[in-house]
Amino acid sequence: MTIETDWIWGLVGGLMIGSAAALFLLVNGRIMGASGILGGLVDKSGWGTAPERIAFVAGVIAVPPLLVPLYSNVSTNISSNLWVVIVAGLLVGIGTRLANGCTSGHGVCGISRFSLRGMVATVFYLLAGGIIMVLARHVLGII
Amino acid sequence: MKRNVFAFLAGGLFGAGLLVSGMVDTLKVQGWLDIFGAWDPTLAFVLGGAILPMAVAWRVAARRRVAVLGNALPEAPPPKLGHNLVIGSTLFGAGWGLAGLCPGPAMASLTFGGIGGITFFVAMIAGMLVAPPIRIRIDRLAAA
Repeated sequence: MTIETDWIWGLVGGLMIGSAAALFLLVNGRIMGASGILGGLVDKSGWGTAPERIAFVAGVIAVPPLLVPLYSNVSTNISSNLWVVIVAGLLVGIGTRLANGCTSGHGVCGISRFSLRGMVATVFYLLAGGIIMVLARHVLGII
Repeated sequence: MKRNVFAFLAGGLFGAGLLVSGMVDTLKVQGWLDIFGAWDPTLAFVLGGAILPMAVAWRVAARRRVAVLGNALPEAPPPKLGHNLVIGSTLFGAGWGLAGLCPGPAMASLTFGGIGGITFFVAMIAGMLVAPPIRIRIDRLAAA
């Protein structure tokens, strides 16, 4: 993959993500929010629909590695500083559950139905992400 | 059973889309958020591409009472914004920027993301576990 074609693959992958959300909505009658589906399993609030949630999570985890061999090099390039990674994971877990959604639920599913909640959430997580980049990368230099 | 098969298919297509789009690469996500660095616009194409089919799906859903498998389609969420939406989204965004992972890609890259990816996933689960009592405290503070 080169930089010049990244946006095309971004668009193709985006269409796949949106199609998955459309399938889950129209066939299963559910909103495809990654943090809600997983979080409901973690804090027991969604145990009434546990099999469907587990099946969805299994698909998200099990299918990507089948495609990895098609690429010459797949890396998440995640920080090697595990303290940064732990703090980030805690913030993502707490934040998405307080806000009742993340990039897929509020971003993809919310904005597409012109939900004010989805749009406000998206503005705040984009702003916070941008500010953290300035602080952590350009001021503190920890990432 | 059918319900679980379609849930697996939706999850699989979601995960595949996250891989194909490059969103499992934390540098691409951080490149989008870092407007003062070498700015990477890929995420805008991913989000735009994902919103298109979903916007069509919402229009189709508006004309139906039930989903294909028979259960009611989700109702519109309450329009109330609330402090938890703002506080939660801000905390989430901070974590998203720090590591470059959000919940979907964290799951999609679990098998090939190495020790860093597994550490992030475990910390995220721990965060989800402690979120309900934190929410109760915030609500109590807000009501006081």
